[in-house]
Amino acid sequence: MGSPSAAGRERGGAAKGLAATSAGVGTVERSRKLVVCVPQDPRVLDSMLPYLTAYYGNPHSRTHAYGWESEAAMENARRQVADLIGADSREIIFTSGATESNNMAIKGVARFYKSRKKHIITTQTEHKCVLDSCRSLETEGFRVTYLPVKKNGLIDLKELEAAFQPDTSLVSVMTVNNEIGVKQPICDIGEICRARKVFFHTDAAQAIGKIPMDVNNMKIDLMSISGHKIYGPKGVGALYVRRRPRVRLEPLQSGGGQERGLRSGTVPTPLAVGLGAACEVAQQEMEYDHKRILQLAERLVTKIMSEVPDVVMNGDREHRYPGCINLSFAYVEGESLLMALKDVALSSGSACTSASLEPSYVLRAIGTDEDLAHSSIRFGIGRFTTEEEVDYTVQKCIQHVKRLREMSPLWEMVQDGIDLKSIKWTQH
Amino acid sequence: IYFLLLFVFRTYAIRRIRDAFRENKNVADPAKIEELLNKAKANLEVIHRQVTIGQMYSTEKLVIESPGNT
Repeated sequence: MGSPSAAGRERGGAAKGLAATSAGVGTVERSRKLVVCVPQDPRVLDSMLPYLTAYYGNPHSRTHAYGWESEAAMENARRQVADLIGADSREIIFTSGATESNNMAIKGVARFYKSRKKHIITTQTEHKCVLDSCRSLETEGFRVTYLPVKKNGLIDLKELEAAFQPDTSLVSVMTVNNEIGVKQPICDIGEICRARKVFFHTDAAQAIGKIPMDVNNMKIDLMSISGHKIYGPKGVGALYVRRRPRVRLEPLQSGGGQERGLRSGTVPTPLAVGLGAACEVAQQEMEYDHKRILQLAERLVTKIMSEVPDVVMNGDREHRYPGCINLSFAYVEGESLLMALKDVALSSGSACTSASLEPSYVLRAIGTDEDLAHSSIRFGIGRFTTEEEVDYTVQKCIQHVKRLREMSPLWEMVQDGIDLKSIKWTQH
Repeated sequence: IYFLLLFVFRTYAIRRIRDAFRENKNVADPAKIEELLNKAKANLEVIHRQVTIGQMYSTEKLVIESPGNT
């Protein structure tokens, strides 16, 4: 089947095999982010294929059998998504992904109630699309409060309560953060919002199918769901919109009135079916996956931290999803570590690390020092991660960190007992 | 046939099947047993189909699949 090559390939579902020939170019970016970009589960692909081949009807065409089959499949998928979160299938709207869902939820709710309510609350660590939607609303005349987070990445509930104003229409807090993996106190936030009759939206893209979510227990009114984060297809997601009490929103897309008039456009049957199947598989495998991922995560963290000193885990140790780990390696030059681990990610095919040169706003929000923020690596562990991959990544990581520290003058100084913060650097 | 699946799916399948087998080894209720067997048969068919597709769109082996090649 071909000789092993030093440049690995991105692991992907067979469907991604279609892109295998062009994968060489795209591999560098995609292979590094298992958390963000995961392979499609073969069971999901299997469920989708009939709708890409034989059953190609438009689910909105009411007048012939092709349409009916597609519609039935789409409705079944809707039910599968709803079951995963404890909702009714009429409350699920298919979208093109969590970004669209977030846009719809935030802009839609804000604009619908804008005659009476002009204030929105969110956090500083939200996903870019949430922050950007809020920013664009600000230009429309809305006021937005961006709640800060504590050092551990969680919001302060007292601050949330204090932030409410008489004309607050929406609170948006993501369930699990995609960079540092912290899990916000969703149940508590839900209670607070319900008591004040303010809608609560959560971007649950990283949480769905990995931790149990129930929109009624957690008092969630709107929830964004992403297909490709739960081993489903890219290009599809969903938005949960509560019916009782009814959440109204102004649609982003105008058109034929599909999806209860909230999101016009033909629903992509194969993708919707894939999303549904992914949700069903996730529901079945949640407990098994979680146990395994927890084990692997502990293995990774324990191994690294026992071999290498001065490693900081970003984000609360307890309130987190184990599969997303963000570690900062002190006294290591960030760019070099990134380059070194880029090779690791490529050569092991392990899509389980990710790093960038730009210190992320999330790390800044939790108060990470500039230098630590530059040398942080995110490790993603998922359903398909093997022990060998974890061990290999850990080994390479330790090896490179040690190597880079040997070369680092800062490290030398620290070893000699010098306090770096007391140094006065002179100009040359 | 397993060897033809993508490495990770292969390891996943082997591990998952073995663990599910162990988990269910004490099931005595015949109706439940039949249900589990049917599910297993369906999964087997999925594996067969996906292996075929995997063969059609195959990629190169990962480094980690060939030990000693670091």
